[in-house]
Amino acid sequence: MKSVADNSPIIETRDLNVYYGPTCVISGVDMEVETHKITAIIGPSGSGKSTLLRCFNRMNDLIPSFHMTGSVLFAGRDLYDAGVDPTEIRYQIGMVFQRPNPFPKSIFDNVAFGPRVNGFRGDMNALVEDSIRRAALWDEVKDRLKESALSLSGGQQQRLCIARALAVQPQIILMDEPCSALDPISTLAIEELMRELSNDYSIVIVTHNMQQAARVSDYTAFLNPGEDKTSELIEFDETRQIFTNPKDERTEAYITGRFG
Amino acid sequence: MAGPETTVHDSFADAFAAANATSRWKKYLPERIIKAVLFVCAIASIFTTVGIVSVLIFEAALFFQEVTIWEFLTNTKWTPLFASKNFGILPLVTGTLLTSIGAMFVALPLGLMSAIYLSEYAPEVVRQIVKPILEILAGIPTVVYGYFALLFITPILRAINDDISVFNGLSASLVMGIMILPMVSSLSEDAMRSVPRSLREGAYALGATKLEVSTRVVFPAALSGIVAAFILATSRAIGETMIVTIAAGQNPTFTLNPFVPIETMTAYIVQVSLGDTPTGTLEFKTIFAVGLSLFVITLAMNLLSQFIVRRFREVYE
Repeated sequence: MKSVADNSPIIETRDLNVYYGPTCVISGVDMEVETHKITAIIGPSGSGKSTLLRCFNRMNDLIPSFHMTGSVLFAGRDLYDAGVDPTEIRYQIGMVFQRPNPFPKSIFDNVAFGPRVNGFRGDMNALVEDSIRRAALWDEVKDRLKESALSLSGGQQQRLCIARALAVQPQIILMDEPCSALDPISTLAIEELMRELSNDYSIVIVTHNMQQAARVSDYTAFLNPGEDKTSELIEFDETRQIFTNPKDERTEAYITGRFG
Repeated sequence: MAGPETTVHDSFADAFAAANATSRWKKYLPERIIKAVLFVCAIASIFTTVGIVSVLIFEAALFFQEVTIWEFLTNTKWTPLFASKNFGILPLVTGTLLTSIGAMFVALPLGLMSAIYLSEYAPEVVRQIVKPILEILAGIPTVVYGYFALLFITPILRAINDDISVFNGLSASLVMGIMILPMVSSLSEDAMRSVPRSLREGAYALGATKLEVSTRVVFPAALSGIVAAFILATSRAIGETMIVTIAAGQNPTFTLNPFVPIETMTAYIVQVSLGDTPTGTLEFKTIFAVGLSLFVITLAMNLLSQFIVRRFREVYE
């Protein structure tokens, strides 16, 4: 699995500008997501963290007024090329949302959903079990796979959503504030899981919680809206660097809690 | 220590309490009157319902003193207005079943597809134009639908197949299907739109196409609402009167053949109410027995729909 490609970034943005209608919400983002590392995107609310994340799997396409310039390269290929099918992209890039959003189906069917719509031919039972195991949920649900996913607790639901994302065997997982609706214990479980998963997957996490970014991530990107409300990437560096020795005074102001 | 202050404070409090007692009473008087009036209004509709049901039961009981329930439910001939009287409700039930099921064959697929289109595919502009138009359909008087069936649809059907009689169940079914279409599509669409956006996003993020999101996530999640819409529309079709009276005929026949004249339970009640059947006779009492049967069927359908909504509704978050 590990190859030369490990050294090159899995996602690269080049002069990415995002617009909703005529309004520019993010401008000039150049950043990389390193393979098998955890990259955190931090910034005050309304700074376009989720918008940026959703450029990485073309989820923004669902918003009619969205458009962008620049490019997002995924494994060297431009995601926004005319010939690229967004459903095929999303199949290779897993996503976990702010609130757990399991389908109102059984636990098994939730995990099997992605493989089924993508025409998986193989041992579905093994794939589902493996995905749930990777999401550190197997022992809690192995005897109740036929029960509704909505019967699980919030933290379990979120791990189920991670298992569901893993089942399509993505190379990268995007997490949009995955712990913001969870209690501290469930949050800790998800964070441990992320560390574990980063051995096999690249992870991008949006978080408003700076301690979380500091705890789990290898790299941190700091987005901040300027005077004109357009967000810019203020600083992107190794997490250690950002939190101990920020280069930009706005980064320092934000991480020391002076605003945000 | 704070003696004088306490006294001042207390006298203020007393004054306030006294003023409050009168003003509160004045303030809440209209409130009480309104409450009483609203209560009477609410009770009125309950009394009306109880009244209707007791009349139905009372008159039907008189009918069943002369005709056994067994005969009523099993005899396949309904000829209370003829010399040789038969009191089997089955021909009327098959007439009602035929037209209602036929109507659902039209309304269910069309209604569901238009609901999926409006909720998942249609751009906001299209939705805002199409939805009101669909709801206008619901505002057309049913007697107009009846003439539309008899004078427009039936001639077309007869041009296609001349085995079809002037009065037939098919034409009435088709038009009744169109009549309940807005109900099915509007209620189903509401159910589908209330499926949280986060579920759709979750499915899209797994590489599902729009069709897969609609049919495998949104549709099952909205299923309880859709089934309820379907059942409500069915009981509307069962109770529908004008279309079947005008277009389906007044010829109680124990058949499921859609090409021949039939008579539904509702059309029979119209026939007797309008005709010169003397009140108080056994013939006249038949309409209460038929009415009670109709009431039991639609009540059962509505209860079933409530049960399904409660039992299968998914509560999100």
